[in-house]
Amino acid sequence: MAEILGGIFASHVPAIGNAIARGLQEDPYWKPFFDGFKPIREWLERVRPDTVVAFYNDHGLNFFLDKMPTFAVGAAATYQNSDEGWGLPVARPVSGDAGLSWHVIESLIADEFDVTTCQEMLVDHALFVPLQLCWPDAASWSFRLVPIAINTVQHPLPSPKRCLALGQAVGRALARYDKDARIVVMGTGGLSHQLDGERAGFINKDYDRFCLENLCPKPELLAQHSSLEIVELSGSQGIEVLNWIAARGALGSAGNLEEVARNYHIPISNTAAASVLISDKAHAKRELA
Amino acid sequence: MTSTKRQIPGTLVFDGDVAQRGYELNAMCFSFNKVENRQAFLGDEEAYYDKFKLTDAQKQAVRSRNVLKMLNAGGNIYYLAKLAGILGLSVQDVGAQQTGMSVEEFKARLLAYGKEN
Repeated sequence: MAEILGGIFASHVPAIGNAIARGLQEDPYWKPFFDGFKPIREWLERVRPDTVVAFYNDHGLNFFLDKMPTFAVGAAATYQNSDEGWGLPVARPVSGDAGLSWHVIESLIADEFDVTTCQEMLVDHALFVPLQLCWPDAASWSFRLVPIAINTVQHPLPSPKRCLALGQAVGRALARYDKDARIVVMGTGGLSHQLDGERAGFINKDYDRFCLENLCPKPELLAQHSSLEIVELSGSQGIEVLNWIAARGALGSAGNLEEVARNYHIPISNTAAASVLISDKAHAKRELA
Repeated sequence: MTSTKRQIPGTLVFDGDVAQRGYELNAMCFSFNKVENRQAFLGDEEAYYDKFKLTDAQKQAVRSRNVLKMLNAGGNIYYLAKLAGILGLSVQDVGAQQTGMSVEEFKARLLAYGKEN
């Protein structure tokens, strides 16, 4: 049977990818951010997931505005990265799990989430940066990936409430999967930041703290705002927190969860960067027994 | 719907109206995922605008190198970032230009967020 071991939430700023490529993890500017992944990597070594189900947003690598799905589920055998136009090294490919992808797709559509399905899907820094933060030795990557893209680019965006419900439906699908899989859920992007407009450089620590405080125990509080309200509170790219909300939904009821690690650091590039690890207590208990 | 749009200070929401206005410009920027297209743009900018049928407003905005004008011409920042890369501009350069600060001031403001409680 499949089991969900926990969830990882992480910023995906492209500059982090450059810092990794240049080996700047111990540099004073970068260290406070990278150090946040030490407990996450220790946990990953302990729980040994073999499957990553990741909610993220594409930044104009796979999807253009000619066709912009609100929710898209990858169902590929392999996911390639590619040149994104501004010099980030192209990451090595990641294996998919088409069987699990189609199980999730079947289950979501039966649950009335009419997602787009992608048998070919380029995946951008929004997934590869967090994967590299969690597993720095890319040559050893042995996990399989199921990517789920949420439109955070072209409004109208899905509501936070809908993203939470999507995540909950993904969580139900994963719980019903009858093959062995040790799953970690991932939500990428955020927290508050804005790249465009006269308000560029906007950061809202109060809103970020609100998100971090409530993510594990009360994710419904993050879903109380509309997407445009979150743009106002968190910046036009801070809305990437939709990926966090969906990923948190997939982890299910707060009673089974505990927050294991949290880091919040300003600035990474123009972003209030964060990482959170939430573990499933029932799983942890079974492992100890 | 237009009259009831939510107004967010200093922010142009990239919605259907803006996406229609900027389609050609964003299509051009999407092409910059390929290195040969970046080189073609650098080789003959005006010809490259015409290949993607940029509107006059879009051409003027790109010629001016002014990011706020590009946004007003319908550019989306995720696509414009690829153009900024060709022009050698970091997101701090882009932020400084849009806010009327020097790059050092813009960076200092970001660092200050991290220091205050």
